[in-house]
Amino acid sequence: MSATLTPPKPILQVDDLKKHFPLRGGLLGGVTGHVYAVDGISFEIAKGETLSLVGESGCGKSTVGKAVLRLFDITAGQVVLDGTRIDTLPQSTLRPMRRRVQVVFQDPFSSLNPRMRVKDILAEPIRNFGLAKNNADLDRRLAELMDTVRLPRDAITRWPHEFSGGQRQRIGIARALAAEPDLIICDEAVSALDVSVKAQIVNLLQDLQKELGLALLFISHDLAIVEHMTHRVAVMYLGKIVEVAPRRSLFAAPKHPYTQALLSAVPVPQPGAARQRIILKGDVPSPINPPSGCRFHTRCPYVFDRCRVDEPLLKPTSPAHTAACHLHDLPPEQNPLSADASPLI
Amino acid sequence: MSTTTLQPGRLGPGDVAAAAPLPDIMPPVKARKGFIGFLRRNPTIAIGGGLMLLIIAIAIFAPLLWTTDPTALAPARRTREPSAMYWFGTDMLGRDVYSRVLYGARVSLTVGFSVAFFSSLIGLTIGLTSGFIRWADAIVMRIMDGLMSIPSILLAIALMALTRGSVGNVILAITIAEVPRVSRLVRGVVLSLREQPYVDAAVASGTTTPRIIFRHILPNTLAPLTVQATYICASAMIAESILSFIGAGTPPIIPSWGNIMAEGRALWQVKPYIVFFPAIFLSLTVLAVNLLGDGLRDALDPRMAKRV
Amino acid sequence: MAETPLLDVRNLQTHFRTPDGINRAVDGLSFHVNAGETVAIVGESGCGKSVTSMSILRLIPEPPGKIAGEIVFNGRDLLKLSDKEMRAIRGNDVSMIFQEPMTSLNPVLTVGRQIGETLRLHQGLNAQQAEAKAVEMLKLVGIPAPERRVKEYPHQLSGGMRQRVMIAMALACNPKLLIADEPTTALDVTIQAQILDLMRDLKHRVGAAIVLITHDLGVVAEVAERVIVMYAGRKVEEAPVKELFNDPKHPYTQGLLGAVPKLGSSLDGSTERLAEIPGLVPSLKQRIDGCVFAGRCPKVTDLCRAVAPALEPKAPNHVAACHYAEKELLAA
Repeated sequence: MSATLTPPKPILQVDDLKKHFPLRGGLLGGVTGHVYAVDGISFEIAKGETLSLVGESGCGKSTVGKAVLRLFDITAGQVVLDGTRIDTLPQSTLRPMRRRVQVVFQDPFSSLNPRMRVKDILAEPIRNFGLAKNNADLDRRLAELMDTVRLPRDAITRWPHEFSGGQRQRIGIARALAAEPDLIICDEAVSALDVSVKAQIVNLLQDLQKELGLALLFISHDLAIVEHMTHRVAVMYLGKIVEVAPRRSLFAAPKHPYTQALLSAVPVPQPGAARQRIILKGDVPSPINPPSGCRFHTRCPYVFDRCRVDEPLLKPTSPAHTAACHLHDLPPEQNPLSADASPLI
Repeated sequence: MSTTTLQPGRLGPGDVAAAAPLPDIMPPVKARKGFIGFLRRNPTIAIGGGLMLLIIAIAIFAPLLWTTDPTALAPARRTREPSAMYWFGTDMLGRDVYSRVLYGARVSLTVGFSVAFFSSLIGLTIGLTSGFIRWADAIVMRIMDGLMSIPSILLAIALMALTRGSVGNVILAITIAEVPRVSRLVRGVVLSLREQPYVDAAVASGTTTPRIIFRHILPNTLAPLTVQATYICASAMIAESILSFIGAGTPPIIPSWGNIMAEGRALWQVKPYIVFFPAIFLSLTVLAVNLLGDGLRDALDPRMAKRV
Repeated sequence: MAETPLLDVRNLQTHFRTPDGINRAVDGLSFHVNAGETVAIVGESGCGKSVTSMSILRLIPEPPGKIAGEIVFNGRDLLKLSDKEMRAIRGNDVSMIFQEPMTSLNPVLTVGRQIGETLRLHQGLNAQQAEAKAVEMLKLVGIPAPERRVKEYPHQLSGGMRQRVMIAMALACNPKLLIADEPTTALDVTIQAQILDLMRDLKHRVGAAIVLITHDLGVVAEVAERVIVMYAGRKVEEAPVKELFNDPKHPYTQGLLGAVPKLGSSLDGSTERLAEIPGLVPSLKQRIDGCVFAGRCPKVTDLCRAVAPALEPKAPNHVAACHYAEKELLAA
């Protein structure tokens, strides 16, 4: 592996990002606790790269996306976009930076304003960022956007409710592209779609990435889609990243017990596929009161004493592959994850 | 179309196995477009709206509907029973109850519509402000909570006690009493709209806050607000009647349904018709407005109307 | 020759009156389920799979809906029963698990009460017996500390626990047929694995026939024995599970299987483009004369647009509704 060569300059760098939501209660609305939604995560995305953030509901993956979009202020850490730190920028200087990061949401129904025509939805970012020189230029750009997402040009005067879920998702993608961004955050962008439509949108996103050189932060719980789309994967559990690796390395030999269990849990459309399945006990603990030590220790099949007190850090297990698990400090013969055994084979 | 199903497995290259078409199990639906279709699909709106239009027409064209001067006193002909001459009878001052009830519709509708309009407008402003400005929210909503802890009719009576009776003051008093409810509604809608992904997407695409309020939030509050306005209209008409009935509302010289009922109250055991006719009109009007409101709610929020 | 099926649905039609036409949500569906068998009905949203399950239990509001055809369960046509007779069957001989465990449980009753309710209603148990049985059921579905959980309210349980409670409720009266409508769709993948594991385990122990309604082909492959593929209110293909996945005959099934990304695709280097099914599902408010899939089919011809293909055997136990799928000659 040649990962030791100087990597391309990242378009996005997130350092020790934390987002704690205060819990209010009582008569005076005082703070009674915190939801530790994201609790110190770091990653970077290179230009033109797809990084997937995977995990189950409540792991904080969507909060990361919103933090990068700066839809709220973060608790700690920093978000650096192409060399500029954006988490501390005042609104006025932030606005031009916003153009470079756009978003596509999960729900094709609530992500488009029902009282705006497609034309106005797509024109909004173009006007906001002053990308069109005049009205003729605006119209030309709008027509191009419709072509890019494979929608008929004349559909531009219609209302969102006149479209199907997949078509709405195309409009959502067109809106994101209208700002000419460098990075698009896809927050479960294909999860709500039917199988056949999902394939259309996945292919569209892949084509667009190739054509336009976009970087994607692909937030999803669907590991099969992630494997299909991504270059690298970061696995989140309860507000922490537990493993980061290039696609092939992660799916071939996961180095964290959670990733291993997650992969083995996905039902495979292949009847009679003999797979060893790791079924985790119990549920994800609450992010209000996360477990001590390793956050996964309450469900981990390989848990030992150190895991309950000592929090593991992300450490490289091979040049490009990092995992946060104490098992890798053990001698290889005692480490059940040392062998390159994928639960998929 | 051929319905012959050939033997499976005996098909030559030119043969076709066609599925037998199934008949529909219910009569066809005549899908109508346009206004008539809308009314057919929303019978509540058709009935409520129709009744409402009728009452508005009565109020506007009262002088043409065989009425006499509703304030003309005729002591000689007082408390006549309903007859061909006096359709709804006369009151204890000999005034024609039919004419008074028809002219009374003007007061009720004016008060109802005005209160609905002004309280919506004020409530919308307050609701949008407190939904968007955190510190204002805490203060404004505590004031609204305080106002709402007083029953709105008592608040209106108290306000009327501070001023003299006139239709304008009645509208003002009832509007003040209704504003907290509208503000709360709008604030709730604004807070939930702010969480919508399309608002997040608008923020991400650099839209300024005023534009978000006016392009993304405001248009989406109008549907629930319209529905609420109809209910306010109905409750304002009742409030106006109550105020007039207890003598704290429209001055007695102006015929309003509350006034007519208040004046007939003393005689209601012997001459019930004086109270009966304005009461029927009030009930019908309130019913019409409420039907309209229910119909609009179903039509504007398809999630509430259960249709497959 | 064959055993009498437990459930035999013949020419089921479920139509709805809507302001702009008749919605033919299910139009001429026939299938059967044998005792103890697991049959999956798969299809995308709007294909009529959920309406089918609701129709079997007669949970379709009439009007605006209307059901026609025959639903023969245990020798009796459910569509001909009175409401009272139908109530005696629901939750007793036939029970159902819904997708959303939170909304299908009553928030103000304890878990024990809700499981006990059906037992008291159908089996005439008293309160103590019902609670004892409820504890037993919770133990069966693998809920730890069932004596304590039985006294808890739904909001005190996690999503996975609630789905277990739903399953316990559904199994309380030893049903002969269990209809599971997207039972794991709302759950996270590790919890889904737990529930699928539980369903497989229970199947051996309880022996109820299962109709599994789902859009997830992975779940189908893991649980089902026989698969019915629905499209636009009709059955387009039916086959044993292995046969369907290995040798799909209908272009829609082929498209569907090609459109699903497979886990492990990066390892065998098969991460090519996903197969798309172009276009959209047709509106069910217009009569469709030809094949329902004609508008999206890559092999469409004029014949498909004009003549609806009949379901024909294409291989042993394997039927598909396509004019062009290869026809296997039956032994004369």
